[in-house]
Amino acid sequence: MNTHMKAHLLSTTDLDREAALQILDTAEELARVSDMPIKKMPTLRGRTVVNLFFEDSTRTRISFEAAAKRLSADVINFSAKGSSVSKGESLKDTALTLAAMGADAVVIRHSMSGAPHRLAHADWMDAHVINAGDGTHEHPTQALLDAFTLRQHLGDHITASAEGSTGLDGLHVAIVGDVLHSRVARSNVHLLNTLGAKVTVVAPPTLMPLHTDNWPCEGSYSLDEVLPNVDAVMMLRVQHERMDGGFFPSAREYSQRYGLTVQRAATMPDHAIVMHPGPMNRGLEIESRVADSPRSVIVDQVRNGVSVRMAVLYLLLGGSESALGDGAA
Amino acid sequence: MTAVPARPADSFREVLDASDISRALTRIAHEIVERNKGCDHLVLLGIPSRGVPLARRIAAKLSEIDNSHVPVGSIDITMYRDDLRLKPARALAHTEVPPEGIDGRVVILVDDVLFSGRTIRAAMDAVSDLGRPQAIQLATLVDRGHRELPIRADYVGKNLPTAQSEAVHVKLTEIDEQDSVVLGVDAQ
Repeated sequence: MNTHMKAHLLSTTDLDREAALQILDTAEELARVSDMPIKKMPTLRGRTVVNLFFEDSTRTRISFEAAAKRLSADVINFSAKGSSVSKGESLKDTALTLAAMGADAVVIRHSMSGAPHRLAHADWMDAHVINAGDGTHEHPTQALLDAFTLRQHLGDHITASAEGSTGLDGLHVAIVGDVLHSRVARSNVHLLNTLGAKVTVVAPPTLMPLHTDNWPCEGSYSLDEVLPNVDAVMMLRVQHERMDGGFFPSAREYSQRYGLTVQRAATMPDHAIVMHPGPMNRGLEIESRVADSPRSVIVDQVRNGVSVRMAVLYLLLGGSESALGDGAA
Repeated sequence: MTAVPARPADSFREVLDASDISRALTRIAHEIVERNKGCDHLVLLGIPSRGVPLARRIAAKLSEIDNSHVPVGSIDITMYRDDLRLKPARALAHTEVPPEGIDGRVVILVDDVLFSGRTIRAAMDAVSDLGRPQAIQLATLVDRGHRELPIRADYVGKNLPTAQSEAVHVKLTEIDEQDSVVLGVDAQ
């Protein structure tokens, strides 16, 4: 049994304002690394980070891989396809294998909500667990990079907080699309609220969660009513597999009512920005011309993803004990 | 032997006052000009936190002496420390490379206290990830001895013999609202 507990990043609800700001501030300093002639720091030399991906996600995996490599960690990519998992190995046996190989951190993407929590707390291994997206539950590093991008672009519209730190106070952010199934939406609702922003989730009734009473946000069925009052709009990806589940009447109708068209984007305040976690369905949830417009910060989100993940890896692995996360297992 | 009685909080004594610090920095500035035969191709990098205002003050004095502009920046060494795993992960300070860059220039690292030398070792690693300077020199307000690495300063404000158990605290108006260097023993 482990006597000292390791910290993990499983959910944005584990982060208080101080911890969230520490990650964003650290990421801000680390963002400079990508401008350095040598994009590498020796900080995590000799540490092993395993990318354990049970679901395909090239973008998230390479972002974590770039982050770990810029900090000089050794990276092992473990994808479920073509591995022992496809031969029926359980999560427990995979964890025991990774522990035996000396993993210091495991970045896990899994289709089942709660898999990262199980991995972190089942006492199978002694490594930090970072949730890289689990089912319809959470995707905390996506929310952190979104918060980072909001702070970067909307600094002039953020209200100074009482204690002098710069969060997202005073901002109004709309999250639009399949909120029901979106781990990006869940993680963002909690994190943005922690940082002081007002959040409105916008979805058709079939894709709005039934029980949002304990969500710190407002809800709306009308994108047109919300857009004139936002500082940022986050468009969620429409999952094609949901098309057949009775959630959408048709792609065309969804696009007409909830797609971010050029005309709709024009109703937003001049300073408002457009975000998307990627990969985009151009022409469905977002029109191409909006995605490529000056309002769009989608490419910045990708770049910021590396900095934010470097910050998380550094704060979890860099010291003798983790500087964040839910330390008490 | 009986246990050493706890010293009162005011056991710190001042070893440099504001005018001592100012004179020391003026002398360092003159030595920099002399050693480098002018200020061309120099860049000052302060090590946070107190090395940064010291670097700015030296640059101001250089511009008075030589009537030339010397770029000033800061270099955070946290990610290059050799004792990272001994303590919880720390917050990072600001690294700011002047627009002139450091390639081909003489980089002068500026720190408040030179002790084990480990900070400077880390700073040299950090500098080499930023570019390839022609040379790296070191200026420190106080050299208190007890080196653990083969490192020495090129410019020293004051050599201060100390015991390993003693602490040196540099206070600067930019951060601490007064200029003073004190020596004593920290309360446990």
